[in-house]
Amino acid sequence: MTKDLFEFCCRMGDNTLVLGQRVSEWCGVAPVIEEDIALANMGLDLIGQTQLWLGLAGETEGQGRDADRLAFHRDVWDFRNVLLVEQPNGDFGQTLMRQFLFDAWHLEMLKALQSASHDQIAAIAEKSTKEVTYHLERSSDTVIGLGDGTEESHARMQAALDLLWPYAGEMFTADAVDKAIAEQGIAPDPASLRPAYDARLAEVLGEATLVRPVDDFAHQGGKTGVRHTEHLGHMLSSMQFLQRAYPDASW
Amino acid sequence: MYAQMIKSEASQEDPEALKAFQDRIDAGSKIEPKDWMPEGYRKTLIRQIGQHAHSEIVGQLPEGNWISRAPTLERKAILLAKVQDEAGHGLYLYCAAETLGVSRDQLTRDLLSGKMKYSSIFNYPTLTWADMGAVGWLVDGAAIMNQVPLQRTSYGPYARAMVRICKEESFHQRQGFDIMMKMANGTDAQRRMAQDALNRFWYPSLMMFGPSDKESVHSEQSMAWKIKMNTNDELRQKFVDQTAPQAEYLGLTVPDEHLKFNEESGHYDFSEPDWDEFFQVLKGNGPCNTERLAARNKAWDDGRWVREGLLAHAKKKRNAAIAAE
Ligand SMILES: [Fe+2]
Ligand SMILES: [Fe+2]
Repeated sequence: MTKDLFEFCCRMGDNTLVLGQRVSEWCGVAPVIEEDIALANMGLDLIGQTQLWLGLAGETEGQGRDADRLAFHRDVWDFRNVLLVEQPNGDFGQTLMRQFLFDAWHLEMLKALQSASHDQIAAIAEKSTKEVTYHLERSSDTVIGLGDGTEESHARMQAALDLLWPYAGEMFTADAVDKAIAEQGIAPDPASLRPAYDARLAEVLGEATLVRPVDDFAHQGGKTGVRHTEHLGHMLSSMQFLQRAYPDASW
Repeated sequence: MYAQMIKSEASQEDPEALKAFQDRIDAGSKIEPKDWMPEGYRKTLIRQIGQHAHSEIVGQLPEGNWISRAPTLERKAILLAKVQDEAGHGLYLYCAAETLGVSRDQLTRDLLSGKMKYSSIFNYPTLTWADMGAVGWLVDGAAIMNQVPLQRTSYGPYARAMVRICKEESFHQRQGFDIMMKMANGTDAQRRMAQDALNRFWYPSLMMFGPSDKESVHSEQSMAWKIKMNTNDELRQKFVDQTAPQAEYLGLTVPDEHLKFNEESGHYDFSEPDWDEFFQVLKGNGPCNTERLAARNKAWDDGRWVREGLLAHAKKKRNAAIAAE
């Protein structure tokens, strides 16, 4: 059970870590100052959530690894984030579409986790829900604004959706870890989140005048760590540079 | 200082109006956007506030350079929050400038074309993690020297923006110093990074105050209008007096063999920075001028479709609302 719980916390924490890292790459170069500030806000929330999830993961594991140890001293194969969040930022439309596709899942997940049989998990979920509710509001508004904006912005948002869609399905897949965690009453069965997700997507994409791709093919391998995309290694090589180059230093 | 070498404009207006205006300033009252003001006052302020705003925005880049490589989650969050604050400062300042009748878009275009400047300091590269300490400690520290007195500047919106900004800047400085402490008391490699950062940022920080302006006509007018509160030399001295003991406390060596406390004057004696280098940086020949301006231009050009898209959507929604009435 401990191993499953550790795995689950890493999945939650690696999602927020990797996405937070991606989002903060926008710092200083967003399309308008207001977006710069908003993206930084989101990045800050996600990094904060990472500290909680990976902190709990380390505690659960009981091997003396804290959140920083987990974030900065694991290699690609030990990361458990879904493939969606490690996808490169691309243009601003891709970044916001990725955010929306993730937020819509993240919020449903967190809402369900609030009634987890595990107190610490329920507490993290409660705190995170407030933040992620706002993330989803913002990413939805932006997807709508740009989808239903100019011809160019519409085309770019549709392209972003087509590009990222094959990475959405992984969030709803389940393996032995998910089953064990669900049986303990800690987390929901991932598939159970799908109807609410689909309803949200239909609403937002409709308003955005965007078309959901018909093919629901889903790439997999992120949350199990079996096969990440090539992008994650490059991200880690910069993110973990100092910790790896100066392993005896404290910062 | 985030505003350097600001030329002030002579005013051609009616001497009586000018005198009444000066009397108000001398009496310590604030000038507000709707009040009459000399054209020179308005133009000088636009230049100064605009340059200050640009500095906040371009200033995100050298520190943004290390967000993805910050060594711990907490350091990452602190740095990201700091850079976010700088974006906020840029925003308040553009708003303050807009009250003087110039749009943020216009100011942005002037920055991107190179017509308007930003502080010379942001044309220096950040090469190690210790630079995040040095920038907070020295650069935010130097900015505070100038901005604290500007809280009492005569132009209301500018003074109020400064009050908000100063609170955050002093926080940034403390965070920077905290990084320096950690580095200076760390491993040999960390100590080396800390010393190297101080070596590279010391003189560029002194340059932030601009060359001596004791006899400058521009400064005199700006000081009379209370949009400049101290001479560059006064502020530089104050900065050195504050910073030299801090360097000593850190166990680091300021790269100036002439730096020495002068018992008689009660101040530190120190060497002037290389002003030729300063003027080269202003001319565009600093180590990072090209990259900084290119990064801002790319952000602006890449963001065009986003700004246009959001604007078009807002217009559609407005029209729909009107049609529904
Ligand atoms: Fe600032
Ligand atoms: Fe600052």
